[in-house]
Amino acid sequence: MTAYGEHWYDEDAGPLVRPYALTHGRTRATALGLDLVTLVVSVPTYGDVSMLPPEAALILDLCVRPLSVVELSARLRLPVVVVKVLLGDLIDSGLVLMSEPADTSFDYDSDILQAVLDGLRSL
Amino acid sequence: MDSVASDRSGAGQALDVRSVKILVAGGFGVGKTTMIGSISEITPMRTEEALTAIGHDVDDLSGVETKTTTTVALDFGRITIDPTIILYLFGTPGQERYWFMWDELSSGAIGAVVLADTRRLESCFSALDFVEQRALPFVVAVNCFHGTQQYTVAEVRQALDLDPAVPIVLCDARRKDSTKQVLVGLVQHAIVRRATHPVR
Repeated sequence: MTAYGEHWYDEDAGPLVRPYALTHGRTRATALGLDLVTLVVSVPTYGDVSMLPPEAALILDLCVRPLSVVELSARLRLPVVVVKVLLGDLIDSGLVLMSEPADTSFDYDSDILQAVLDGLRSL
Repeated sequence: MDSVASDRSGAGQALDVRSVKILVAGGFGVGKTTMIGSISEITPMRTEEALTAIGHDVDDLSGVETKTTTTVALDFGRITIDPTIILYLFGTPGQERYWFMWDELSSGAIGAVVLADTRRLESCFSALDFVEQRALPFVVAVNCFHGTQQYTVAEVRQALDLDPAVPIVLCDARRKDSTKQVLVGLVQHAIVRRATHPVR
């Protein structure tokens, strides 16, 4: 039994707000095709964010330069699926822009491969 | 940054920047994250993914209460190739049992570096199987940072039963120049393969 007033949780219990509470239980973003390396950037004039959940406002702050879904996940310490749901809302609201999903097909044209090759050589 | 978000009109608008990815695969402790860190412009980051132990759609956590969930750490780095292309390097989860998550990782990847350690060559067999099954372009990079490279490239090729077209490079995963040569070799190989094996 836990005595009244005694903490019944500790750090091992994990975050008090479960990740999926942030997404209202949703585990899928809207059908945007977000993948691990989809790049997102916040629209510069996104204005008043006081109505947004704190995590969403944080995403807008972090994405002033293009960041990938997986980078956001690492920085926010949130699972990728949660970040995708939060991003889906922000994209639907017009607050965040996303790159074309790179993963939908293996459609690199040789120009992109050549650009990657040139870029690597010049490092 | 002018190229980014030049049109701010709202949802569905695509960015004028795209991402590409390369996988760094190999057995546990072979130096995957070291290799990524040697060339990444950011300190390699880690994200921990909650995964279902069955099924291939790693995003689908519906009905999760009936499945076993586990977490797997994913290390990655980033290289800005030019203002319009960002390259991500992913270290694949070392434990074989997590490799089903390679589906999302390998989809659309330029290719893979299979990092091998000749002291325990067998530790890269599973990674080889995977990239060969997925028909991903790959190179084998033999990590020689111990300074104890006892085998020639030809011997490694024979031991791994590699197609003669697959490049094998000796490398030091700690050194940027060395990692750069490995990645250059992979992209060159991917370009050649693309020409000789048209995309399905």
